[in-house]
Amino acid sequence: MGVGIEVTNLNAWYGTNHTLQDINLNIPANHATALIGPSGCGKSTFVRCLNRMHETNPIARVTGTVRIGDLDIYEDAKPVEIRRRVGMVFQRPNPFPTMSIYDNVAAGLKLNGYRNRRVLDEIVEKSLKNSALWDEVKDDLKKKSGASLSGGQQQRLCIARALAVDPEVLLMDEPASALDPVSTSKIEDLIFQLKTQYTIVIVTHNMQQAARVAEKTGFFLNGRMVEFDSTHKIFTNPSDKRTEDYITGRFG
Amino acid sequence: MTRIRFQQSLDDLKEQLLVMAGLAEQAIQRAIEAYRVRDLSICDLVSRSEIAINRLEREIDQAALDLLAMEQPMAIDLRFILSVIKINADLERVGDAAKSISERVRGMDQMAVADLPVDIPRMASLAAAMVRKCLQAFIEADADMARSVLSMDDAVDAMNRAAYKALTKVMEEQSHIAPQALNALMICRNLERVADHATNIAEDVIFWLQGADVRHYKSVTGGRDPHAVG
Repeated sequence: MGVGIEVTNLNAWYGTNHTLQDINLNIPANHATALIGPSGCGKSTFVRCLNRMHETNPIARVTGTVRIGDLDIYEDAKPVEIRRRVGMVFQRPNPFPTMSIYDNVAAGLKLNGYRNRRVLDEIVEKSLKNSALWDEVKDDLKKKSGASLSGGQQQRLCIARALAVDPEVLLMDEPASALDPVSTSKIEDLIFQLKTQYTIVIVTHNMQQAARVAEKTGFFLNGRMVEFDSTHKIFTNPSDKRTEDYITGRFG
Repeated sequence: MTRIRFQQSLDDLKEQLLVMAGLAEQAIQRAIEAYRVRDLSICDLVSRSEIAINRLEREIDQAALDLLAMEQPMAIDLRFILSVIKINADLERVGDAAKSISERVRGMDQMAVADLPVDIPRMASLAAAMVRKCLQAFIEADADMARSVLSMDDAVDAMNRAAYKALTKVMEEQSHIAPQALNALMICRNLERVADHATNIAEDVIFWLQGADVRHYKSVTGGRDPHAVG
């Protein structure tokens, strides 16, 4: 099951560039939360702070607290453990190109020490079913490489790979922006199903997508979170003029 | 992405609705005038304007539908387009009410003038004022002005109830002028509907500007407007 995320006084820097400023918010468990805002507003940096990926850049720095469930991710655990609990899917699908479909999904498990073939088979099947890809690839699991799949299938393969290690949170950074409308629709349907089991945070430039999949939406601007509310409120009657100006296309 | 073309389309839609509003307002004023001076040539004008109103109703709905489909508007823009669609329908019905009144006036042409215990010109003047004011609120994007229209509806409703009571009594007691009383009753009914449409338009203006749904607030809150400021 997913867990809630509590962010308190989060600040992030790239060198001297203060990219996130005093972010405070509570992301509810087992819901999809969308983050929107113009390019460079800090929303991708924000999600990278939720699994400690931001600090992988040597000039990057983070202060503040991020609690995922009971875990203070900057105090209580190592980055590797955090990334097992917090899966991430990127804009461009990035399967391991030379690995089979099966090995792509099993890669994270093997890294975590799983060796039992039957357990691996079960988890691979479950993950591919949960990512709505199983029916399309079940006959070619070990014959075809991840790179042989279509873009939409590759993205669902990456989701299966993220799900295989049984995370509590799934971060998605523009997961459908490189996909055609049919593949996009499959990803959105998938998000809809997955949020019953996982806490999902999705960064998107597509506001209709945010409106379709997320219960909560946060609007970022210039490194600050301007407004965080129910998606319905944000897209029909936002409280802040800057949010309204952005979603109605008056700036950005 | 300042969406200049979209903003221009919204301005065009508003312009079209204002033309529609002008026609509907003119139709109701002409129908009232036709009643006041018993002039059938004015009734013809009302009938003709209804054709234009109906055509414009379809054009505005189509333009609004195109914007919804092509531009996926959000927030105040979405509320504006939804309000335009609803105001458009109410204006068309104001046009229908004007036509109904003019048909009643036409029916009265062959009847002797009767002294009826009802002040139709006063009721008409109040209903027309409501239409004018809600449209002014739309033009000036003034939610407070729109709110002031809501309270005016009670007066028209009261007049309609009083007219119903007085005119049914006339029909019972003075059967020789029952047809005139029935016509007057129908005119009052249409004026009351015009006031209702003006109320709907005012509610839509408030929804557009503030995102507040103030419909049916009397039945929900016992008379208190839950979104009223202060």
